[in-house]
Amino acid sequence: MSDTSLPFRPATEETPLTRRLLIGVAVLGLALLVFAPLAAVFTEALADGWAAALASLGNHDARSAIQLTLIITAIAVPMNAAFGIAAAWFITKFDFRGKAFLITLIDLPFSVSPVVAGLCIVLMFGANSLVGGWLVAHGFPIVFALPGIVLATMFVTFPFVARELIPVMIEQGRAEEEAALTLGAGGWRVFWTVTLPNIRWALLYGVLLCNARAMGEFGAVAVVSGKIRGQTATMPITIEMLYNEYLSVAAFSMAALLTALALLTLLLKTALERRHADALAASHRH
Amino acid sequence: MHIDIDEISKQFGATAALHPVSLAIPSGALVALLGPSGSGKTTLLRILGGLEFPSSGRVLFDGQDATHLSVQDRRAGFVFQSYALFRHMTVFDNIAYGLTARPRATRPEKAEIARRVTRLLDLIQLPHIGARFPSQLSGGQRQRVALARALAIEPRMLLLDEPFGALDAKVRKELRQGLRDIHDTTGLTTVFVTHDQEEAMELADLVVVMSMGRIEQIGRPQDIRARPASDFVRDFITV
Ligand SMILES: Nc1ncnc2c1ncn2[C@@H]1O[C@H](COP(=O)(O)OP(=O)(O)OP(=O)(O)O)[C@@H](O)[C@H]1O
Ligand SMILES: [Mg+2]
Repeated sequence: MSDTSLPFRPATEETPLTRRLLIGVAVLGLALLVFAPLAAVFTEALADGWAAALASLGNHDARSAIQLTLIITAIAVPMNAAFGIAAAWFITKFDFRGKAFLITLIDLPFSVSPVVAGLCIVLMFGANSLVGGWLVAHGFPIVFALPGIVLATMFVTFPFVARELIPVMIEQGRAEEEAALTLGAGGWRVFWTVTLPNIRWALLYGVLLCNARAMGEFGAVAVVSGKIRGQTATMPITIEMLYNEYLSVAAFSMAALLTALALLTLLLKTALERRHADALAASHRH
Repeated sequence: MHIDIDEISKQFGATAALHPVSLAIPSGALVALLGPSGSGKTTLLRILGGLEFPSSGRVLFDGQDATHLSVQDRRAGFVFQSYALFRHMTVFDNIAYGLTARPRATRPEKAEIARRVTRLLDLIQLPHIGARFPSQLSGGQRQRVALARALAIEPRMLLLDEPFGALDAKVRKELRQGLRDIHDTTGLTTVFVTHDQEEAMELADLVVVMSMGRIEQIGRPQDIRARPASDFVRDFITV
């Protein structure tokens, strides 16, 4: 069957020349768009050596930015995981009118510019708005403070989990859950023992993507945070400010750290995928 | 347990899946719901199992009104058309599910659960597959595991939706006998859905012929053959 001396080739296979050309273009594209910028970030960060790079990350404002980004991610990602599961569950397990519209609505944060999203939050919760004024008067400011930044981040990253889950849950249908019900299990038990295990891989993907985006969000956060150094400036905001002040080593060191966090997320995903390749394949068969 | 279906109807939006239908199923009977696609067989079975609620009418179990009884409280062993085995659990855990899901007060001990699962695996004549996952089973094996899982909860009745639908002719014949045997040993009132008239006639004590949401005829196989109640029934059973 696999006699290579035959002049025939499978219908889906290109000629050797086209193949090499295509591979070349792909590699070139990857190198230009992904590897070169990555390398540049780390080179710039280390332009004055390791000591200078590390020192720039050690000062008060830098630490505050790193801490803030981690706190925001730690709040926004679990919240969006919970909301995403709830939304996907609601959409896939019930039949109701306006379902298609709701699915479109979930994608809204992807189509609206983050800056516009940020402005909406300022309009709704700013000190000059009805709600915002009341909240500020009671010592709970939203805009230019942590709650606003978390809100903006959650808005921008909301679709990731729900979008990963909806197709998987539609494909799996309701039969397994119904079976669990007929076997006497209550709603929560069905969720924990049947629904959740069946969607765990899609959920993990969604959470990792959501996490990467939450750490890196700039536009919406830039509007609602007020960019107060050492207080509401997140890592991406700090990078921009440092760069605008020509503090190249400091800016790129922070950028390198942010990139490393994102790469770590991807690495985690790859490792999990490899470890559980069998389980993954099994849950996709059927 | 005897089941009475009293003037049950079911609307899905504008479509009437069931016009008012009535049916009395004697205790311990093996009943076939027979009819072409879309005749309302699955809908009626799901109403019995508590997965769907009727638009009007009543369901009675042993004379007690069970119309509003929750799916969990019905204790109906349900075998789904696609089997619906839990894909992330072993065969053992699938069969044990209904027992481990019980509230602590009535849940058997671990050793007792294991004993019962082993007995059920013997009953379906697959004693050595407890550690496998559903994706590692053949269609016929999956069907039998689904049956064992439904039996594990010590159900009051057995409801099967096209239990042999997805299998080849030879396996169908074997499993038919298997279902008959299990019915005879457990004595459970059993209702199964099929669109195969030969299967219904051969296996069931009582055949319910359905068409377009209505019951056309109820009777023993030989009576339906001898005296079809309508042209539809005559055509359907002489394919
Ligand atoms: N969830 C639902 N929503 C809307 N219509 C439904 C629903 N379930 C069933 N129906 C409709 O009710 C009618 C009866 O369906 P049912 O599934 O009971 O038929 P069936 O006899 O089991 O057919 P088949 O042999 O194809 O399984 C069909 O017209 C079907 O389209
Ligand atoms: Mg059906």
